[in-house]
This record gives sequence, C-alpha cells and structure tokens, in this order.
Amino acid sequence: MALKLKVNSVVSTVDVLPDTPLLWVLRDVLDLKGSKYGCGMGVCGACTVLLDGVPTRSCVTNVGSVEGAAITTIEGLSPDGMHPVQVAWEQLDVPQCGYCQAGQIMAASALLAHTPHPTDAQIDSAMSGNLCRCGTYVRIRKAIHQAASAGHKAMAGTPGAATYGE
Amino acid sequence: MSLNRRSFLQMSALTGGGLALGFYNFPIGVAQGPAKAQLLPSAFINIASDGTITLMAKCPEIGQGVKTMLPMMIAEELDADWSKVRVAQADLDESRYGGQSDGGSTTTQNNYLPMRRIGAACRQMLISVAAKRWGVAEAECTTDPGRVLHVGSKRSFGYGDLAADTADCAPPSMDSVKLKDPKDFRILGKPHANVDNHALVMGKPLFGIDCKVPGMVHAVIAKCPVYGGKVKSANLDEIRKMPGVRHVLIIRNAPSGSAGPSDTTTEPGVAIAAAGIEPGVAIVADTWWQAQMARKSLKVDWDFGPGVSQSSEKFDQTAAEMMKAAPANTLRSYGDVDGALTGAAKVVEATYAYPFLAHGTLEPMNTTASYKDGKMEMWTTSQTPGGARSQVARALNMQASDITVHICRVGGGFGRRLSNDYAVEAAWLAKQVGVPVKLLWSREDDIDNDDYRPGGYHSFKGGLDAQGKLVAWRQHFITYGEGQRYASGANMDAVEFPSGRVPNYALYATAQPLLLRTGALRAPGHNAYAFAIKGFIDEMATAAGCDPLEFQLELLNAMPVPMPAGQGRGRVDTLNAERMKGVLELVAEKSGWVNRKHTSGRGLGLACHYCHAGYFAEVAEVSVDADNRITVHHVWAAGDVGSQIMNPSGAEAQVHGSIIEGMSQMAQEITLSEGRVHQTNYHQHMLLRLRQTPTIEIFWRMTEFPPTGLGEPALPPILPAITNAVFAATGTRIRTLPLVRSDFSFA
Repeated sequence: MALKLKVNSVVSTVDVLPDTPLLWVLRDVLDLKGSKYGCGMGVCGACTVLLDGVPTRSCVTNVGSVEGAAITTIEGLSPDGMHPVQVAWEQLDVPQCGYCQAGQIMAASALLAHTPHPTDAQIDSAMSGNLCRCGTYVRIRKAIHQAASAGHKAMAGTPGAATYGE
Repeated sequence: MSLNRRSFLQMSALTGGGLALGFYNFPIGVAQGPAKAQLLPSAFINIASDGTITLMAKCPEIGQGVKTMLPMMIAEELDADWSKVRVAQADLDESRYGGQSDGGSTTTQNNYLPMRRIGAACRQMLISVAAKRWGVAEAECTTDPGRVLHVGSKRSFGYGDLAADTADCAPPSMDSVKLKDPKDFRILGKPHANVDNHALVMGKPLFGIDCKVPGMVHAVIAKCPVYGGKVKSANLDEIRKMPGVRHVLIIRNAPSGSAGPSDTTTEPGVAIAAAGIEPGVAIVADTWWQAQMARKSLKVDWDFGPGVSQSSEKFDQTAAEMMKAAPANTLRSYGDVDGALTGAAKVVEATYAYPFLAHGTLEPMNTTASYKDGKMEMWTTSQTPGGARSQVARALNMQASDITVHICRVGGGFGRRLSNDYAVEAAWLAKQVGVPVKLLWSREDDIDNDDYRPGGYHSFKGGLDAQGKLVAWRQHFITYGEGQRYASGANMDAVEFPSGRVPNYALYATAQPLLLRTGALRAPGHNAYAFAIKGFIDEMATAAGCDPLEFQLELLNAMPVPMPAGQGRGRVDTLNAERMKGVLELVAEKSGWVNRKHTSGRGLGLACHYCHAGYFAEVAEVSVDADNRITVHHVWAAGDVGSQIMNPSGAEAQVHGSIIEGMSQMAQEITLSEGRVHQTNYHQHMLLRLRQTPTIEIFWRMTEFPPTGLGEPALPPILPAITNAVFAATGTRIRTLPLVRSDFSFA
C-alpha cells in the first residue's frame, strides 16, 4: 500500500503495510539508520523520533497512523550537527557505545523545545524512559543543562575531533 | 567498517606520497589473540602530504573507548597534532595488527607499550628524513605536534612534507626506540572525546545493525524456548506464503557421530545445522519486519529435551540441600577452620544468593554475511572477531583465509559478544540461501538465548576472637556444573579475598547440574561474589563492633598465607594490600567516612574490590523510605589502575558505567520454570534509569605500577557498598538479590 510520509521535511511515498512500525520503514525502506531498534515494545527509547515535535517510540507506531505528520529523525535534527544538544553531547563526550544516543538526543531536544531551562526534576521526568545500557546518564544530565545554557549561542564544535572540555 | 577501510585505502592511493607504517612484533597475551603477530609493513599510521594523519584502530569499539584510546597512544609518541588525526577502524587481520579482541580489561595493559612504540618509531623516521634534508645530525632535531624542528636554525618541516620520503625508510628497532617520559605527554592523560561522537550525534550508520549490502535479505531464527530443544515439525508451507518470505528452514542438528556440516538431507525445508548452531526455524525475508511478522504465525512442534525439568525453584531447593551436606570440592583450606570456629568468641553465619542475569546489550545480536565463490565476507559485532572467523571456519569447513571479517562499531559488549554464535548462524545462513543475509535477533531472542551470568549461593561462617579479630572464615559456594567442572563463569578463584588473610580458612564448592548457556558478564565472577563476600565482611565488622574501614585495613595488614600444595589450580594471590588500602583510605577521606552521621533511614556503606588488575573502593550514601525503596544519593569511587590514566574522559565514563551497571544488576534476574526463561524484554529485566542515577565522584590514586584497564574493576564494589549502606540506614541486611527478593527496590 502506498503511503505518503514527511520525514525531515522530505515527502516520500513508501509501499508498505500500514501496520508496519514506523521504525522499520525509516530504517529499511527510507534507509535512515539513525533511529535504533532496542526492544520493539516502546520501553527503551532507542527508536525515539519526533512526531510534530512530540517524542514518540517509532518501534510501536504504525506507519499508517503518521501520514501527514511531520516526522523528525536524528538525521533531520540539524544539517551539520550544530543543534545545541548535539554540540553539548560532543563536547561532554556523552556516548559510550552510542547505540541509545540518537533516542536520547531526540528526547532531550524535545524537552528543550518546550522547557528551555529544565530543572533536574524536569530532566528526570523527560529522560527516564530512555534507557542507556552503558550508563551515560550523569553526562546526559550535564549535557542537557549545557545545551540549555548554550541555547542559540551554541559554541562552535570541532566536527570529527571535538575535544572534551569542562 | 568496510567503508571506512575502503575510503582509507582510496585515500592512501590518492595521496600517493603517503607513508604507510606498521609493525607489530611483540608478544601478546592470550586474551589478545595470536601469541606472536608477524612483523609486517602494514599500516597503523598514514600521513598524507597535507599533514592529515590517519591512524588505524585495531580493536572493536564496544563503548569502552578503545577506538579513541589506542590511537591516542600512537599519536602521543608520534607527536601528532590530534586535531589533524583521523581514526579508521581496522578490519580483522591479527597478523598485521596483533590481537584484536576486547575482554578482561586487558586492552590498556596489552597495548600501552606496543602502540607507543609504533608512534615513536614513526617519529624517529620523520626526524631522520628531516635531518638528512637539512644535513644536520638527528640529535639536533626535535618535534612539535605535527612538525620536525631544527632548533639551531629555526627551520621546520610539517610531517606531511616528510611523509613521502619516510615511506622508503626502514623502521628502527622496535625494542630500542626511545619513548617519552610520561611527564612530557601532550595527548595521553588529557581528556579526549570519542572519535565517533560527531558521526553518532548525526545518526550515521556505524553499527553492525546498520550494515547494508546490495541484494541483502533479512533473517530471524526462532529457537526452542527450552535450551537444548529441537524441532520436530513446523508449519513451513504456511510461513512460506507470508508477505516477503523467501526461505523457511528447519535447522536440525547433525546426527551424533556424523560429519556434520557436509551432511545433507532430502527432507524438504530441512537443513542440517553446522557445528555450533542451535536448532530452530530460520525465516528469511525481504525485510526484517516481514521475517519477524512471519515468525508470529510460526507453529513449531518442539522436542523440549531434558532442559524442560529445570526451574529456579528447583535450583534453590537443590542449593539448600547442598549447603546442608558436606561440600564436594575444596578450593582452598588451611589452618583449622572448624576448630577455630568452635573456639571462637563469636560466630556469625549467613547465606547469600544472587540470580542469573542476561547481558541485554542495547544493540541486539546481529551479523551480516555474504557467501560467494567459496569466500565469506562478514560484518559483525564481536568482542572477538578473530574468534568469529575461526568459529565460522570450523563450522563451515572453510579456510580462515577465505573469510573476511569487517569490525563494526558495537552497541554494547559486556561479555556477551565474546561468543560469536550469531555470527556463525549468519554465515551458515548466507551459505544456505546464496545471497547476502543480515541476521538480527529480536530483543526477545536476545534475553531468552543469552550466555547468562550464572546465579549462585554462598554459605558463610565467620569466627571472631575475644578482641574482635577475624580468626576463621568458612565459605561454601553452591554453583553450577558437574563435579569439578564448572559452568562458564560459575567458578571461583581460590585466592579471592579474604583467602590467605585469615588465620583459619576454608573455601568449598559444590556444583549442581545446569542445561543452560552461561558466560562472562562484565567483571565475571566478581560482579557476583563481591556482593556476597564484601557483604559478609561488613557483617563480621559489625559483629566485632569495629568500623568496616578499620576491619578491612586490619585484614589487609595480615601477612598472606601461602597456597597449600595441590590447591588453588596454580593461581597466585596477586592482590597488593598497599594498593587496596590506598584506595580505601582515599575513598574514606573523600566521602567523610570517619565523621559520617548515623541517622535512621539514611546511611553510608563501604566496599572495596580487586579484579582485572584494578583496585576500587566505593562509598554509597543511600536513604530508604517506609516502603523499603532505596535512593542512592551519592557514590564516591577511588581507583588505582597504575601510573597513567590514558584518557580521563573515557576513564571517568567507564567508572560511571560500571557503577550504573552494578546498580542495574541489583534489580535484575533471569528465572526459569519448566526450562523456560520467564523474562523476555527490558520491562522484565530493567536497566537503571536516569532519575535513579546518583551523583558520582571519582578519585584516582596514581601509583608506580604499569597502567591497567578500566572496563570492569569499578563494577563489583558498588553492589556491596549499596547493600552495606542499606544496613547502615535500616539495620536490615540484604543477602539475596535481586533487591525485590529481599523486599527492597530502587525508588
């Protein structure tokens, strides 16, 4: 069945069954591999994308239900990695294995979009559904605070060879 | 990954005058692959004429930071400008790169000198070329990052200017190449972000699961819910009609005594499994989701086999019976433990238990394999890519030289990816179906078919004399195995503290049978028995009316008792008491241990542990509410891993990760009934969440010892530090994990 999807501002037509999870359409049909499969039941958050700005588990979202929505994946968060959350993630050297981080970054960017200066309690509430097996939570919290204070005046990163600095 | 490797080679060809340098003639530990890699002029270092330096990262990046750290070692001695360094992941070639495995926290110690020597030799060659061009003595030349300098004439060359000529130089003798004094390090010892961070935050396809090969199909394998079970029959015809399905295959074991991989069957839809492949039903489809959907309609008549009689309840019952009976094996015994217990002023008895655990790496097991014209090409997520190759070679009767292995970034190792079962399955399937296959296990496949961390039970009896000194220690470890053969990860070291430090000591083990795969989970063994042993030490200190810090310092002051003849399986007690005392004292100072307040519902707990050559002492501050919900507020960790922290950012991350993983382990369990694992996904095998994460402070005690690794040693002490803190807060001792089995939970 042909469905029209708007992903990262690009409209594509995909021929899949409408009950296919959005995650697998993104990954295997549109070749956007940034959103990750972790649990397939919406409990780990590795597949988090934004639907009209709202963080959503793409692994349990039927693709048929998101026609017409603006879908943003990690690949569409910024053209160059200069979104304040991405910059803070690089500067604070947040990732360990890195597998959950696309989901973490999408959840964090949604939090900051609505709550530009979140408290620790607000970070707890917004981020505790995104699991990290490596245990990067200490730096995730710190990076969200840094991204919040950097805001629009995001510091210039050095792509590819950013130096961790505190 | 292959693309990186290819683009790296293309770049080398394009830059023409680039320098390719590589040598590796150092003996390498067993854990790191071949005993002795061949000296080869292969590339660890490529310097382009514009001065860009590409360094090969040889080991798999599983989140422990080696893709950054090993190139930092090379760059340090090369005196490279880190901002001009690019890092490329090497493919598997242990004759070229030396060992390429990750395990046992050994990467740092095995590579600290060899990687530095590679960098230093290249720097010496660059100096030699520059000195010749200037007609000056090499001794008059030095380097600044990325440049050779002639100080007297204030002339300099960028490394890129020298690269072409350097390629023709013979490398100096690796044994005599001069290394920097660590006090002059510019790169090592300074925090550096992981080299893949930018690609990660952009969502680039770095992981095994992201691999894409033209013409690729996707596979799942449904295995018996009871380990060791077999397929009698399945509704293959119905599954073949499902959307996108290309192949459905019953994987059947080769009859015992047969040749195995070469066996064939005429039964339609049935394939004889190669060695090392578990029976099941493989479904191959155009997309993974189609394969997974088809599996939902799969109906299999299983022969469950003998594993069906297993249950956690029976394991507990058998363990309780074994504890009452005489122990089967003596791991170590000296002095007169029974006599000392009889004569003790005070005797404390306690039993500790902990469950099986799954690894649950966030990226599920996967491998992509392509078989063509007798050659296998694989893209795999492995901690032991060399093992993957040899296992595939053995299973498919292939020459290792016909198998190419690309090392993908790995979404978590933790010991699970020491086994390459999924890689063998993918390779076998690729050969069966004749087109490239990506095999991806579902999360449920992963949780239910793991190499589980084995559960275990420890029955302790400790004796104190009238002065409160620990004079007797009797420990009976109930584990899994048969006779003196223990399941993987289910054995215990005869020199484990306080072995050798108590005047009368006995460590016994009795094994009960197990039909389940077990294996190493981060800090294997230690992640389990540190909780039991260090909890019981805290109990003995309490019984002695002694501060746990003082009690342990005194134990560490004891002169070690030599291993009795015929015991210990050749193990030597390598614990350095001064180093252990050093981190205990440091963490006590930083946490304000001595002046801690004693208030109801809130407390501090202390534990230390030595493993994987590293020393850690940790203090946890917890509060416990009326519903026995534990909040861990603060953790202080003091570590001693020798003379050098390679990358402080990566080192700190490993300690964070170890502490958070240790907390996760306290709340997890794998249980069985009728041979089936109950847990299927993270909702039943939960990871710690951000809101439950304590403040963590880390302190390093720098010592003169050779630097060692940080993947594991910070993990074991956090479990007893927290349970000891819960005791301080509530007076209740947690002796059974997960927490819920002791009526506690994390808030």
